Amino acid sequence: MQNILVYCEITEEGSIAEVSLELLSKGRKLAEKQSKELDALIIGTKVENVKEVCAKYGVATVYMASHPGLFPYTTLPHAAIMIYVCKLTNPQIALVGASPVGRDLAPRVASALRCGLTADCTSLVYGDHYDKKTETQYENLLYQIRPAFGGNIIATIINPDTRPQMATVREGVMKNEQAEKPSNPKVISLDVMTIVDPTDFALQIIERHIEPPKVDIKKSNVIIAGGYGVGSKEAFNQLFELAGLLGGEVAASRAAVDAGFVDSDRQVGQTGVTVRPKLYIGFGISGAVQHRAGMDQSAKIISVNPDPNAPLHQIADYSIVAKAGDVIPKMIRFFKANSK
Amino acid sequence: MSFRIIVMAKQVPDTRNVGKDAMKADGTVNRAILPAIYNPEDLNALEFALKIKDHLPDAEIILLTMGPSRAAEIIREALYRGADKGILLTDRRFAGSDTLATSYALAMAIKKLQPFDLVIAGRQAIDGDTAQVGPQTAEKLGLPQITYAENLESVTLDEITIRRRLERGVETVKCPLPVLITVNSSAQECRPRKAKRVMQFKHARTVTELQEETRDYTELFDQRPYLTIEEWSVDDVEAMAEKLGLSGSPTKVKKIENVVFKAKETKIISDSDTDIDEMMRDLIDSHVLG
Ligand SMILES: Cc1cc2nc3c(=O)[nH]c(=O)nc-3n(C[C@H](O)[C@H](O)[C@H](O)COP(=O)(O)OP(=O)(O)OC[C@H]3O[C@@H](n4cnc5c(N)ncnc54)[C@H](O)[C@@H]3O)c2cc1C
Ligand SMILES: Nc1ncnc2c1ncn2[C@@H]1O[C@H](COP(=O)(O)O)[C@@H](O)[C@H]1O
Repeated sequence: MQNILVYCEITEEGSIAEVSLELLSKGRKLAEKQSKELDALIIGTKVENVKEVCAKYGVATVYMASHPGLFPYTTLPHAAIMIYVCKLTNPQIALVGASPVGRDLAPRVASALRCGLTADCTSLVYGDHYDKKTETQYENLLYQIRPAFGGNIIATIINPDTRPQMATVREGVMKNEQAEKPSNPKVISLDVMTIVDPTDFALQIIERHIEPPKVDIKKSNVIIAGGYGVGSKEAFNQLFELAGLLGGEVAASRAAVDAGFVDSDRQVGQTGVTVRPKLYIGFGISGAVQHRAGMDQSAKIISVNPDPNAPLHQIADYSIVAKAGDVIPKMIRFFKANSK
Repeated sequence: MSFRIIVMAKQVPDTRNVGKDAMKADGTVNRAILPAIYNPEDLNALEFALKIKDHLPDAEIILLTMGPSRAAEIIREALYRGADKGILLTDRRFAGSDTLATSYALAMAIKKLQPFDLVIAGRQAIDGDTAQVGPQTAEKLGLPQITYAENLESVTLDEITIRRRLERGVETVKCPLPVLITVNSSAQECRPRKAKRVMQFKHARTVTELQEETRDYTELFDQRPYLTIEEWSVDDVEAMAEKLGLSGSPTKVKKIENVVFKAKETKIISDSDTDIDEMMRDLIDSHVLG
């Protein structure tokens, strides 16, 4: 069949996780380019209603495993089902979110299928490859592109000979886009207890504490980001004020998060969230590669930093060589004066 | 009673503080200037094992690492902090392994250490940032896995209870042994070296290291066999060479690029009222704001 399979993570609220919707969007585009179909794998408890969502994303076939023991997620039953579906449908590509669940599941599945797996891809495109040793020409391999070595290099990884070509992708990296025309997915219900061995349920969840969803800075059109150069938790208050006025969200670099200026769910970058707002303003952020990886797709970038050599200045549309504390009040004043 | 814990640890280049000179002119990584360190989360993993040993004093902790000769450094570090023994999996044929081949090699070594009760790894190594080797080793051994372990709640000879970190909270799980655990950076930091153990193990060497020494240690090592760090080759763990190294790795690196700045037209402005006002007006006029 050689389709493209997306493992759809189910949230605490029982819907398909944002990262999986983004991967369905990407998977559909990859499928269209090769005239293949997009398949979704749904594993959970009472998940039948997510079929409607799959339709919106143009899914051709939904593989549905619904069983009381499948939520909350545990590794072995989910892995057994995904391995089963991969063996059954022999997908060309399999995509999994690079969430804690996805990164627990995908390596286990890849190991069982003896296929390659690339973690945390930032881009997935088709490309060709010629292997000099075996004199073999490969067409339309999946180029799995990711930062490596602490973000200092960008590596393109391929799996010439094994299938599926498997990759995990973080939330926010791919765009969430529904299909132009919804599909009418075929639903294949899996007989869970013939696939999963009773011993796969050996691990018992005794207790769970789940916090409500965190702030989601990704959805904001305006990002007011602060770095270590902002100086203190108190100084961040000015950023919150500016963000409030501009209808944006406050984000931060890892150095600012590590210093305790703001919570980690606001961290932008390779190990944080990827944002692509209309406007990104960076105050006191040097612009290390790991940070830029999460924001360089922003439509407009402003950098405020007294160090003229800070790398963020080089990718900025407006570069203001000044201290954050001198610029923020002026922006606030202007906006207060010029908006009702 | 015997209780055996195998801790997997890796020596990695310190990618956290990479300066400008970390990249060579040709765009490749200058490994030579990066210090080699004990992978940070593998120290959390070691602490997790030591804590289990606090509960089960008869437990034996074996540190397993795969790497070049110099990786024996982290075995000594683990011995100083309380591990009982170390094994260096080293062979030219392991080189170039991706996570699938690495986990195969480690799993073969672990099989040789049977019977064991627990395998503990770090969540992720900072050089590859994949977090794949732990779960893949578990799969190869047919063990269940508990990832992102943060706290040991309780352990007995046949069962362990662990609190793990999730995306939006925590979860406590109980699992029969044996099981493979990967430990998060949010778990407790590793206890420091013990002066007594440093004295005891500072001369611990692999055979390869001994051959490079100028001093003759033969007598010392005959008296104190615990100073010998075992080295295992592909043949020692009965691994199949075709499942290792570049040929045993389904993932291939097609291309490596240095990260380059995007050339862009940058307006350099001052922090004067006029400049800021003009910029803000531009942003509003072009509908970026408002
Ligand atoms: C594997 C790995 C993953 C990483 N992931 C991320 C990630 O996801 N996100 C991330 O952000 N980082 C990440 N990092 C860290 C990254 O390398 C940088 O260390 C970090 O981004 C630096 O943050 P910063 O720019 O705030 O701090 P610094 O580099 O310390 O820069 C502070 C800046 O503030 C300026 N400054 C000083 N005073 C003022 C003032 N009064 N007003 C304005 N500016 C001032 C200084 O000139 C300086 O340029 C990662 C690192 C590694 C190794
Ligand atoms: N060469 C190795 N030797 C021993 N343990 C390793 C090795 N590579 C990875 N590991 C273990 O697997 C974990 C995850 O590594 P990685 O998948 O590379 O991020 C590490 O924290 C180690 O515990």
